[in-house]
Amino acid sequence: MKEFKGRVIFGGTYKGAAAVSRQGFNTLASFEKSALSKRCKDIVISDQNNRDLYGVSVTGKALCLPMTIGSTTGGMVIQTVASRGLAPTAWLFASDIDSLAASGIVLARVWNNVPLIAIDRLGADFLQEVKTGDPIEIKEDGTIRVG
Amino acid sequence: MYEPQMTLTDEEKKILAGQEGKTKAKMMECLVRYGDLFGAQRLLPLTHKKGHFVTSFGVNMLKPVYPLMDELIAAGLTCPEGFTVDPRPLDYQNVKVGPLEKFVFDRFMYGEQAHYEEQLRKIGLSGKDDFTCACYLKEVGNTPKEGDILSWAESSAVVYANSALGARCNRNSGILEMFGTILGKAPEFGFLTDAGRKATWKVLVKTAKRPEAQILGSAIGMKVMAEVPYVQGLEKYLKPLPDEDTIGYLKDFGAATASNGAVGLYHIAGITPEARRLGETLLVPEAKTYLIDDAELERVYASYPLMWKHPHAKAHKCFIGCPHLTLKQLFDWTDKMTAGLRETGKKRLVIDSVFTTAPAVAEEFKATPKYQEFAATGAHLSSICPLMYTNNPIAGKKPIMTTSNKLRTYSMSRYYKDAEALAIIVGKEKN
Repeated sequence: MKEFKGRVIFGGTYKGAAAVSRQGFNTLASFEKSALSKRCKDIVISDQNNRDLYGVSVTGKALCLPMTIGSTTGGMVIQTVASRGLAPTAWLFASDIDSLAASGIVLARVWNNVPLIAIDRLGADFLQEVKTGDPIEIKEDGTIRVG
Repeated sequence: MYEPQMTLTDEEKKILAGQEGKTKAKMMECLVRYGDLFGAQRLLPLTHKKGHFVTSFGVNMLKPVYPLMDELIAAGLTCPEGFTVDPRPLDYQNVKVGPLEKFVFDRFMYGEQAHYEEQLRKIGLSGKDDFTCACYLKEVGNTPKEGDILSWAESSAVVYANSALGARCNRNSGILEMFGTILGKAPEFGFLTDAGRKATWKVLVKTAKRPEAQILGSAIGMKVMAEVPYVQGLEKYLKPLPDEDTIGYLKDFGAATASNGAVGLYHIAGITPEARRLGETLLVPEAKTYLIDDAELERVYASYPLMWKHPHAKAHKCFIGCPHLTLKQLFDWTDKMTAGLRETGKKRLVIDSVFTTAPAVAEEFKATPKYQEFAATGAHLSSICPLMYTNNPIAGKKPIMTTSNKLRTYSMSRYYKDAEALAIIVGKEKN
């Protein structure tokens, strides 16, 4: 088991599985196909350029990523999937959170009362260590246990 | 109540405390929390108050957006100087669809379009045809000046405004850009500060000819992600702004950096306003270097996955103009298509080709004799967003060609260089 500590943006506790993107996570490209479906119960990543997560389910998971990239619809898309109960529960950033992910997580919390967990500055080692499917535990103080 | 870390004015404190209503208080809380996350010390007043929004589409899945808009309208909140917004998703007159595709568009995808456009009008949409991603073009007129503070979204518009115009805008998300425009404020961090506009990458372009804007932008976006590149070596291929060719090139280049990465600002030595004024002082001392030669561009081009079900299928449609084309780009494509058809001896394009541009640009184009030449090729002119067309699960699965790296990224469309796409649509080569 390995332990990492980051900056708590929005705290919370979590026990579940990791979904890991080692490259920038394109929110619109990743979520659009599933999210466009009215009956969607599970977000399956549809970003053709994301070799780490293409075809992987992320709903309720701890999404581990360097940052989000791409369209500025990104924050609104996060707010939307969060309000529908489809978002990854925790967002774990290796570097600083980016403006689009921050917007989405803030909008989900303030406007829709959906408290997603967000921790950033976990470091490059974190992304090298954690693998998709790994058990992951998050504590209120921003401590992450992997494995 | 949220305890802000930044310093607020008395007026801002009152809004946050709910003295101007609960809805306005929530908007202010979102904006302040957003700024606090990035260490903003204060909110700055917008100096270019006309907004640009990324959310133009009444797609059914955006369930939280419609009640949010109703709440703003009920609270009497509007954008004081109006706004432009991204392109509409549909144009059945110029972008033909089959009955099943139309049923999916109308019934399952964009069933909220009329309702949403009515909501946009109620909060201050500037004009009935202000739907374009290239709002900064002179024909559209939502054009900030150097140093202006903005609250915009749409990645391609933000990167253009920051880079080619020298305005100051963060990569704001949809919805939050609207809150900023209504409140007339933007948190001071990132691209709103001098430090945030420094380049952390020096990109050296050493190619034998002018690189394809869409591939160069893609390569840089994938390499630098959200950092700021200072590009050297490109200036010999570009004329100084406001040259129309340069405007079109920077528009396409920037859109690719922003969609294939998360670039919100780039500097081009000798071309963009801050690079002309400040030169290499824009580079931080520890800047990383990225060398781009012809081999690197070909490596990036070859890395794009081909998502068509049948790789050798004949293309169903070709979309050109994501972001929307400039008037000069429409003229140039018309000349190239006319010459190409003359060469192949064909009367009309062999692929259904849709050229997308802002409504105001389309109007000007249609008033020129060149438009008759364009129409004679069989090409279609539209002002839709091709990405929203390809979001249709039936339409999007068809083999669609594009010269846009942004469209490639968000759909199953296949990217072609301009010359390759031209050769295919005039029947000179098969795709």
